[in-house]
Amino acid sequence: MRILAFRSRDLVCQQAVELVTGYLEGTLSRSARRRFEAHLAGCPHCTEYLAQMRETISLTGRLTPEDLSPQMRDEFVDLYRRWRSEQQ
Amino acid sequence: MLSVMDPDSELLLRLRSGDEQAFVSLVARYHEPMLQLAASFVPNRAVAEEVVQDTWLAVLRGLDGFEGRSSLKTWLFRILVNRARSTGTREQRSIPVADPEPAVDPSRFDASGGWGDPPERWIEAAEVRMQAGKLADRIRARIGELPARQREVVLLRDVEGMSSEEVCAILALTEVNQRVLLHRGRSRLRQLFEDEFREVR
Repeated sequence: MRILAFRSRDLVCQQAVELVTGYLEGTLSRSARRRFEAHLAGCPHCTEYLAQMRETISLTGRLTPEDLSPQMRDEFVDLYRRWRSEQQ
Repeated sequence: MLSVMDPDSELLLRLRSGDEQAFVSLVARYHEPMLQLAASFVPNRAVAEEVVQDTWLAVLRGLDGFEGRSSLKTWLFRILVNRARSTGTREQRSIPVADPEPAVDPSRFDASGGWGDPPERWIEAAEVRMQAGKLADRIRARIGELPARQREVVLLRDVEGMSSEEVCAILALTEVNQRVLLHRGRSRLRQLFEDEFREVR
């Protein structure tokens, strides 16, 4: 009976993937976090999935804005000067 | 109170002293991210550009009144989103939680909920291409494929690296809805990356 009760609280993969963001955000309850980590320990596919979610975040986090074109730079200098002259 | 933690605080001081180059630096840093965010609220690129131009003028006009209760960046994005919202024609937004969307296509799991078609490996392939400097445009394009509300949260949280509190304030979202949108956005993006980078078998 104890084993059955324990098994019913185990996560399956389809549930585990829905907990990834809560896990990374640190918003899971302690028990949910424990169950998630216990699932990962026995599941290489979900471990890979979590690594891929981390990589997704890392790739997007490395984007940097492209430089302003010289023409746009000039336009914004103009905008700034017009604003300054309005203020006088 | 001025926040000492704001990475833009030096720029703010220079802006207030009338430093033209400080304004150009601020525009260089935030113009493109603002354009991307605005684009998700309004019907086309031209309107997005107008909204961002208006925002820059509003920023200049508002600088003296900015009290530093939020970071400069949060303040910029709030002005932008307020303007984009009042310009945009998008319908009243529904509550995202009401419309379930699984992180992974259910057909990839077997009847017991275990992986039937497990995640294909792609991290190494993406890293090689990222290091070769060939990936930024592809990543931007994939982010552009996300539904608007997920895209807004992913842009601010993951591209701009802002906190959930800041993003909730900018987009007027509850903590829970912000997290739901982030979860769906990141999950979709992971799938798009898997489709794009997995090794050809």
